[in-house]
Amino acid sequence: MTTDTAVIVRNLRRSYGERVVIDGLDLTIRKGEFVALLGESGCGKTTLLRALAGLDPVNGGQIDGPKQPAVVFQEHRLLPWASLWENVTLGVDTAQGRKQAEAALGEVGLAGREEDWPRNLSGGQAQRVALARALVREPQLMLLDEPFAALDALTRIKMHVLIRELVARHRPGVLLVTHDVDEAIAIADRILVMRNGGIAASYLTADIAPPKLRETLLQELGVESDSRAA
Amino acid sequence: MTIELLNREALKPAVQEHIPRPAATEAQLQLLSWAAPVAILLAWEVASRAGLIAPQVLPAPSSVAGTAWRLTVSGDLFKHLGASLLRAAIGFAIGGAIGFALGVLVGFSRVAEASLDRSIQMIRAIPFLALLPLVIVWFGVDESGKIFLVSLAVLFPIYINTVLGIRQVDPKLLELGRVTGLSRMKTIRKIILPGAMPSILTGVRYALATAWLALVVAETVATTSGIGFLAMDAREFLQTDVIVLAILIYAVIGISADGLARFLERKLLAWHPNYAKEGRK
Repeated sequence: MTTDTAVIVRNLRRSYGERVVIDGLDLTIRKGEFVALLGESGCGKTTLLRALAGLDPVNGGQIDGPKQPAVVFQEHRLLPWASLWENVTLGVDTAQGRKQAEAALGEVGLAGREEDWPRNLSGGQAQRVALARALVREPQLMLLDEPFAALDALTRIKMHVLIRELVARHRPGVLLVTHDVDEAIAIADRILVMRNGGIAASYLTADIAPPKLRETLLQELGVESDSRAA
Repeated sequence: MTIELLNREALKPAVQEHIPRPAATEAQLQLLSWAAPVAILLAWEVASRAGLIAPQVLPAPSSVAGTAWRLTVSGDLFKHLGASLLRAAIGFAIGGAIGFALGVLVGFSRVAEASLDRSIQMIRAIPFLALLPLVIVWFGVDESGKIFLVSLAVLFPIYINTVLGIRQVDPKLLELGRVTGLSRMKTIRKIILPGAMPSILTGVRYALATAWLALVVAETVATTSGIGFLAMDAREFLQTDVIVLAILIYAVIGISADGLARFLERKLLAWHPNYAKEGRK
């Protein structure tokens, strides 16, 4: 593994009893690279993410990456009894925790809210705190499990801009699990389609015009391409 | 600018019409809530003075107040009140500590649950006041028996609610603890205990009530001090004013204990939307 790589996955296998969910999957993510993972429900996207996060065991293969990647879940998962800055620095043991939290909250547009309680935040704000919590660790790899799925459309667009900026500045490798094709096109450098327990297709967003890419991806996902016109 | 201002003024009454006007202010409602108790007290006083209620049955409120003053001046009231509060405090500390420790153990460990929970639930099924004769045999009539009874009364509500609180902690937050690399101790301190706190404090509140009940009963058994002694002693001489006073003191302390529990809830659960403000509902 070179210093440029965030994570390398080789021949990963994961099964639940008889059912094989991930079957010989290979994946490399570079630092600063934003990778989106698309796939039908139950295709194993989240299983892969949880394996990379170290939350679930695997049955075979190799994950060569950080032991503790930063994870942002679909729900913000803020501790309701901890102030925002305590939430951001959860598990970070440094004397400058408070300072780091202030900087991270500032970066996500919540400067001055360090002492506030999570219950006073809107859904979008809470998810931004969750991003700050991920970034304060300066992670080599950041795993995003449909983090914007529960947000309204406008907030989601703002979050897309924000996450692009943050990734450009901190340069972690990012794996975003989503089932929103447009979201993947809007923010990712590379889009992977997962099928039959492996990576079935890979597209660089810079190479293909968005409408064409969208059509191709929808086809990959088994959605009729003319559904957009209808 | 002027036009805008005018428009805004014109809008005002229309907007205000949608705001429902409160039937009475908060202060007025507070006042009203005291009307019935005060009326009853007055009626009681009048009936006593008119000779409708014999003082041996129920003394007039003014006579109870006089007795309270007399016992306060003589210092007897504080001596007995102190004795009762000390018993309650020691019993609460012992029972609470044991209940909490057992609760934490069983809450965290399935093995501890398998080996302890059934026995604890069996003992809990016994109404603790039914143990009174046995407690007298075991401890005699001195302090330890009374403290034992209070401890026992406190132990179960704290135990049950601690276990419940720990079990109810959101597994998604525990997962967060794992991905942020929290150690076992930190997970307990930062996630599990705060998450269990609302339930634990509910236990404390129940425990305060049962502790008080246990104390009242324990103090009726051969005591030489305490509020219960005050009442028992007065019974010998048909001093109903002292008996009523003792009952009132029990009530006041019960209310204070509940107030203390609410205070703890507001302090420790400031983050919780249900406890954040003064109003509880």
